[in-house]
Amino acid sequence: MIGNIHSVETCGTVDGPGIRYIIFTQGCLLRCQYCHNPDTWSIGSGKDITVEEVIKDLKEYLPFIRASNGGITVSGGEPLLHLPFVTELFKECRKLGIHTALDSSGGCFSETPFFIRGLDELLQYTDLVLLDIKHINDQKHRKLTGKPNAHILRFAHYLDKKNIPVWIRHVLVPGITDSEEDLTDLGQFIRTLSNVEKVEILPYHKLGVYKWNVLGLTYPLEDIQPPSEEAVQNAYQLLTVHN
Amino acid sequence: MNQWRSFIEGNWQSEVNTRDFIVNNVSPYQGNAEFLEKATESTEVLWQQVMELTGKERENGGVLDMDTRTVSSITSHAPGYLNKDLEAIVGVQTDQPFKRSLQPYGGIRMAQAACNAYGYELDKEIERIFTDFRKTHNQGVFDAYTDEMMTARKVGIITGLPDAYGRGRIIGDYRRVALYGTNRLIEDKKKSLKNTSTTMSEDVIRLREELSEQIRALKELQTMALSYGYDVSLPAQNAREAFQWLYFAYLAAIKEQNGAAMSLGRVSTFLDIYIERDLNEGTLTEEEAQEIVDHFIMKLRLVKFARTPDYNELFSGDPTWVTEAIGGMAIDGRPLVTKNSFRFLHTLENLGPAPEPNLTVLWSPQLPEEFKKYCASMSIKTSSIQYENDDLMRLEYGDDYGIACCVSAMKIGKQMQFFGARANLAKALLYAINGGVDEKLKVQAGPKMAPITSDYLDYDEVMERYTFMMDWLAGLYINTLNVIHYMHDKYSYERIEMALHDTEIVRTMATGIAGLSVVADSLSAIKFANVKVIRDENGIAVDYVVEGDFPKYGNNDDRVDQLAVNLVETFMSMLKKHATYRKSVHTLSILTITSNVVYGKKTGNTPDGRREGEPFAPGANPMHGRDTKGALASLASVSKLPYHHALDGISNTFSMVPKALGKEEDAQNGNLAAILDGYIMKKGHHLNINVFNRETLLDAMDHPELYPQLTIRVSGYAVNFIKLTREQQIDVINRTFHENL
Repeated sequence: MIGNIHSVETCGTVDGPGIRYIIFTQGCLLRCQYCHNPDTWSIGSGKDITVEEVIKDLKEYLPFIRASNGGITVSGGEPLLHLPFVTELFKECRKLGIHTALDSSGGCFSETPFFIRGLDELLQYTDLVLLDIKHINDQKHRKLTGKPNAHILRFAHYLDKKNIPVWIRHVLVPGITDSEEDLTDLGQFIRTLSNVEKVEILPYHKLGVYKWNVLGLTYPLEDIQPPSEEAVQNAYQLLTVHN
Repeated sequence: MNQWRSFIEGNWQSEVNTRDFIVNNVSPYQGNAEFLEKATESTEVLWQQVMELTGKERENGGVLDMDTRTVSSITSHAPGYLNKDLEAIVGVQTDQPFKRSLQPYGGIRMAQAACNAYGYELDKEIERIFTDFRKTHNQGVFDAYTDEMMTARKVGIITGLPDAYGRGRIIGDYRRVALYGTNRLIEDKKKSLKNTSTTMSEDVIRLREELSEQIRALKELQTMALSYGYDVSLPAQNAREAFQWLYFAYLAAIKEQNGAAMSLGRVSTFLDIYIERDLNEGTLTEEEAQEIVDHFIMKLRLVKFARTPDYNELFSGDPTWVTEAIGGMAIDGRPLVTKNSFRFLHTLENLGPAPEPNLTVLWSPQLPEEFKKYCASMSIKTSSIQYENDDLMRLEYGDDYGIACCVSAMKIGKQMQFFGARANLAKALLYAINGGVDEKLKVQAGPKMAPITSDYLDYDEVMERYTFMMDWLAGLYINTLNVIHYMHDKYSYERIEMALHDTEIVRTMATGIAGLSVVADSLSAIKFANVKVIRDENGIAVDYVVEGDFPKYGNNDDRVDQLAVNLVETFMSMLKKHATYRKSVHTLSILTITSNVVYGKKTGNTPDGRREGEPFAPGANPMHGRDTKGALASLASVSKLPYHHALDGISNTFSMVPKALGKEEDAQNGNLAAILDGYIMKKGHHLNINVFNRETLLDAMDHPELYPQLTIRVSGYAVNFIKLTREQQIDVINRTFHENL
């Protein structure tokens, strides 16, 4: 089984519990204005790699992964564009007792029987989904990512129905995703889910801007600065408050 | 004997055997750090005084005061104090703290240059004595050096040689003075002197002279201690005396030797036994115990030598490598972590972070979890700890070894090393291409052979010539070291340190290599890409153009990592072909301190694309910016280097921004401990851990006065960041920072 990937990070510590072996898959349907990996957008332009190759390399890091209760995270790009590959990979990881996490925006979720069949199989071998909800407001979601959000929210409910543990993540971009109203709405949505183990605010940063330049793209959020620590705390409160 | 009351009996009583005392009496501690006490008022007052003196020293250009007329010896100076009423542990190198001693035995020129550099003038009579009447180590070496050795030194294919200063890297078992008192130790040495062979071969004559010197040094130690009002002829009665006795022994060593590394050994767990006894007897509180530790550590932070700016450039700042090995496991499976292991690390909070003493944790995944977490948290807070693989070293050295300098393990009191600096393997590769002509000075420095003349480098052709060139270098290198150590023994013998060794000891000839990652990547480029040679008008290869991509060391890619492994094994086997002084055992280190900057300066363009003058990667690190698969891939590459062939140590420096370790403090501590566990399980040898933000360092470059204690770890030891040259600071900042977000 072959997957098309952008790169590998052997020492991930911010995408799931413990130390993570992270595979960044190539290709994404969203075009988020703040994307820090625009080089993973185009489909099929990455490096082909087999599940066997990944597992061989991954095994090199088992001492670190085990000592930290870490695992593997497949990120992107959008990993759900590579369903058969990720399924096969997670199946092999399960055999080795490695914790599996999927870092997804749900951007290609659909209820077609074909997709659901594939997804169901993948979820059998998935221990955690890091679900990135870009925006709760559909209009703003379209503006930010180029796609509506309805199917993404349905994806969240689907994971809930399947009882898959989820960490909800939200990138906090001043002026774009940080209005009190939107955060309150997002908080309300999160409370409709029973499978959320953790909520993470990811403060917007500009470390990926240089990649836009390299790709000859115009970075649309040039003037926006990262949020303050307080704003991050405040957003976290709004997403997690119980009322 | 009252001094030994309530200790568990053992062989240590009938023979000098500190290890046996420790394993019989140690109380391993599995608990957490909550028992630790804050600095006492006395500690704070004293540390304030030290910080003020440090500020003055900096304002004064790096040296506060120098002795220019008294040759330093164990008994040369009257007692000196910071504040006699407040100090729990007393003793400084001269009659005043921060006054640097005069140590001419390594070389009078170095002593003179050190004085001049800071605006002092060496006493004329002293200069005359050590020039006209009393030969120094330095002069002895240059009397015997061959032309080839002189050239190798000049071009920098062998550098950092201890031929003009004290060699250091010898650890006395300073604990013996506390446990036995000097009377017993003198008695023991007298017995050895009596029992030497009576056939007067050169070896026997030398041994007898050395033993007599050792006995004399022990007596002088007794005299020096008496001048401070303490009688060390008998064993220490309690914890405070044990610390004081041990410190006096160490002090005697640094009064007579200004070696590159004057390491302490492995004292914290030994001293814990005394603290435990006092605590049980109700004569000491935890607060008092911490105060003794703090004051002891404070003294170790005051160790200073008179050195030249050149020397500081090579070694970065003002290092003394007062290395203390903490933790580790006993052979019987018990951890040797005690409350004192915590207390020693806790000084980083009570006194703030500092490069010295060089706190070294002997790590094993089996260490108590609480201790591991504590170490990780202190690393993240202070960047002042280095870690070494106890599982690997215990197999070679047992469970009572210490670390000299950065990574050199040795059985304490039973083993010493002849420090050998390092050979520049990257330059040797250029010699192989240029037929032994130095690419910078354009002189025939290596053996003359036909240069490679093809436009593109052929891997097999390069390897054939490189093998020949390394073989030449190995021989020249060992022979150069033989000269140096013969002369050091003759003119600058470490009598007190050797008095605290067994009479029969193991000696190692500790060679080292620089430029490992440059060579590995260069060979990889030649093998897997196309390397075009650019030659100057005289046909000397001066630059290389790499066409195509090639695997780079630091990405856990066997194609190139194996080249690095082979280099280590090959060079080691070449070294072994040459006989060593005093039948010392050949060892090898992959360690460059920050001298990677100086080595880089002396080396031309290399086939991996590195530019002339650009620093090498430190130690066994991959070259800056070439690792693309993240931190663990980089660690995995380095961990492949075979420790068994590099028993003098394999250094790796690991710098991270705090966020790259995880989001919350708990996760950061846990992940750092896991990185250490994983690296040790993969048989990596040594890891420096730096956790700081790039911005902090940039700010410290411009505002040094705001960061008097900013400590960072570089290949094998810690330095005060603001004491680095600007060039070294930039190098540190440019080095791979692992900061994925």
